[in-house]
Amino acid sequence: MGMTMSEKILARAAGRRSVEPGEIIEVAVDLVMTNDITAPLSIAEFKKLGLERVFDPQKVVFVPDHFVPAKDIKAAEQSKIMREFALAQGALYFEIGRAGIEHVVLPENGLTLPGQVIIGADSHTCTYGAFNCFATGMGSTDIAAAMALGTTWVRVPPTIKFVYKGTLPPDVGGKDLILYTIGQIGVDGALYAVMEFTGEVIDNLPMDDRIAMANMAIEAGAKTGIFGFDEKTREWLARVTDKPYEPVDSDPDARYQQVIEFDVSNLRPLVALPHLPSNVYPADEIEDMPIDQVVIGSCTNGRLSDLRIAAEILKGRQVHPRVRCIIVPGSQEVAKQATREGLADIFLEAGAVFSTSTCGPCLGGYMGVLAKGERCVSTTNRNFRGRMGHRESEVILAGPAVAAASAVLGRVASPAQLN
Amino acid sequence: MIIRGRVWKFGDNVDTDVIIPARYLVTIDPEELAKHVMEDIDPEFAGKVQPGDIIVAGRNFGCGSSREHAPIAIKAAGVQAVVAESFARIFFRNAINIGLPVVEAPEAIAETETGDVIEIDTEAGTVRNTRTGKTYQSTQYDEFIQQIIRAGGLMQAVAERVKARQQAG
Repeated sequence: MGMTMSEKILARAAGRRSVEPGEIIEVAVDLVMTNDITAPLSIAEFKKLGLERVFDPQKVVFVPDHFVPAKDIKAAEQSKIMREFALAQGALYFEIGRAGIEHVVLPENGLTLPGQVIIGADSHTCTYGAFNCFATGMGSTDIAAAMALGTTWVRVPPTIKFVYKGTLPPDVGGKDLILYTIGQIGVDGALYAVMEFTGEVIDNLPMDDRIAMANMAIEAGAKTGIFGFDEKTREWLARVTDKPYEPVDSDPDARYQQVIEFDVSNLRPLVALPHLPSNVYPADEIEDMPIDQVVIGSCTNGRLSDLRIAAEILKGRQVHPRVRCIIVPGSQEVAKQATREGLADIFLEAGAVFSTSTCGPCLGGYMGVLAKGERCVSTTNRNFRGRMGHRESEVILAGPAVAAASAVLGRVASPAQLN
Repeated sequence: MIIRGRVWKFGDNVDTDVIIPARYLVTIDPEELAKHVMEDIDPEFAGKVQPGDIIVAGRNFGCGSSREHAPIAIKAAGVQAVVAESFARIFFRNAINIGLPVVEAPEAIAETETGDVIEIDTEAGTVRNTRTGKTYQSTQYDEFIQQIIRAGGLMQAVAERVKARQQAG
């Protein structure tokens, strides 16, 4: 019997010929990640073991990104705990001004490679599945254990195969594909399963769009999302690393829990209305929904191609007088390139804020917290109650095209409605 | 283990942002986190919950962020256990790791209300509602997960392994 690509990666990491869904196995990890929110707890738990060193400092990575540059004294203290531990361990550490959001920074640094097992104390660690690796989020204690042992336990998840057929219409991207998928299967539609993304639409889909899709697998309850390896993956990785890696592919006779096919040729740009990512509608069907804020950025849509899409719409236009538009590049590299290409100028001329790289607004941390009754269109990944601020504020999820169009029109809108 | 307590009932998809909003994630102090537990789904909850109470909820409890602060806040507020139709898997794992009992009992949820007193028997795999007298099946933990629970949490289990490794030289 054949195996899926996820099963092959897990079998390899467990030193086994094969694994089956439901089995509990111990796997070696290639990378262990934490951030400024989750690291202090991991470090406290790790220290209880009385060990001097993490298992391999070059496989343990710390990224300050959620509340940095420090939003207040308490956040500064949390970051300080992480920074001091990382430096003392000689571990990988990405400081602000030279880094950015973890899930943008690690791939940029060639740390997320095909065939690897990566765990991170952040639920969006599943993002790296775009690079044909098995990557999943865990809590701080699991990460502490892995920092000590270099291994973690996994119940081998079943895989759901998604096949996307047809051709993608203009203004529709990876964010729309994943919102559509979550809208179809629900926020626990892939509970503890792997979402394997395939089909002709995926074959033609740029890496940044694949990354956005893998990023939101957790929003369907999945253990992770994963893509096959192809020429697009190879080209992307060639720009950032010369390290060797071993891609995996699913066997033709691999077992799937379910195979779900979508024809997406007629898909329109989508939004997810409050308060679940599954509450999905075409953006142009939402009439007369005024907004107060737009955020374009995050680990989902803070990459260069996202900013290019936003800039194309904002060029020569103005952010609506009633709207605050905050654009957050996903990393320092993205910010530099956006500046070189003139995107930053376009944003500033349009009346938007061009921020430093941070997770801040997405989780109501800082840099765009919502007041009671306010409504925000955001290219982030969660629209739970209170996610971006007051519990009576609202978040509407969308891709960068819808977000930019909404910023101009001052209401939830599709790019086609600009003309 | 028998866990008996008064119920606070919640719905489906209770996410970690409402369990402990991100604005409070600037500390890992359990007592401080407990002051804000469930704040964005029920701002009064932290003031009402008593030590020994039990949270009962619908599908996909704990979905969203990997923040371990969520089960820590629940445990530090004195909640003895969470019973749900299903759990988001990161939350489930975090709860087991820190020693917060989490029990999947799909049949028990619909007929359980806030204020009921329920009895969870973790060995027998049952949940009994003392108001209605009805008993429901709950899913049994794997042997591997039981080992973590018996050790008192993941780090205790890991500490035993580290010690054994050090003794082996």
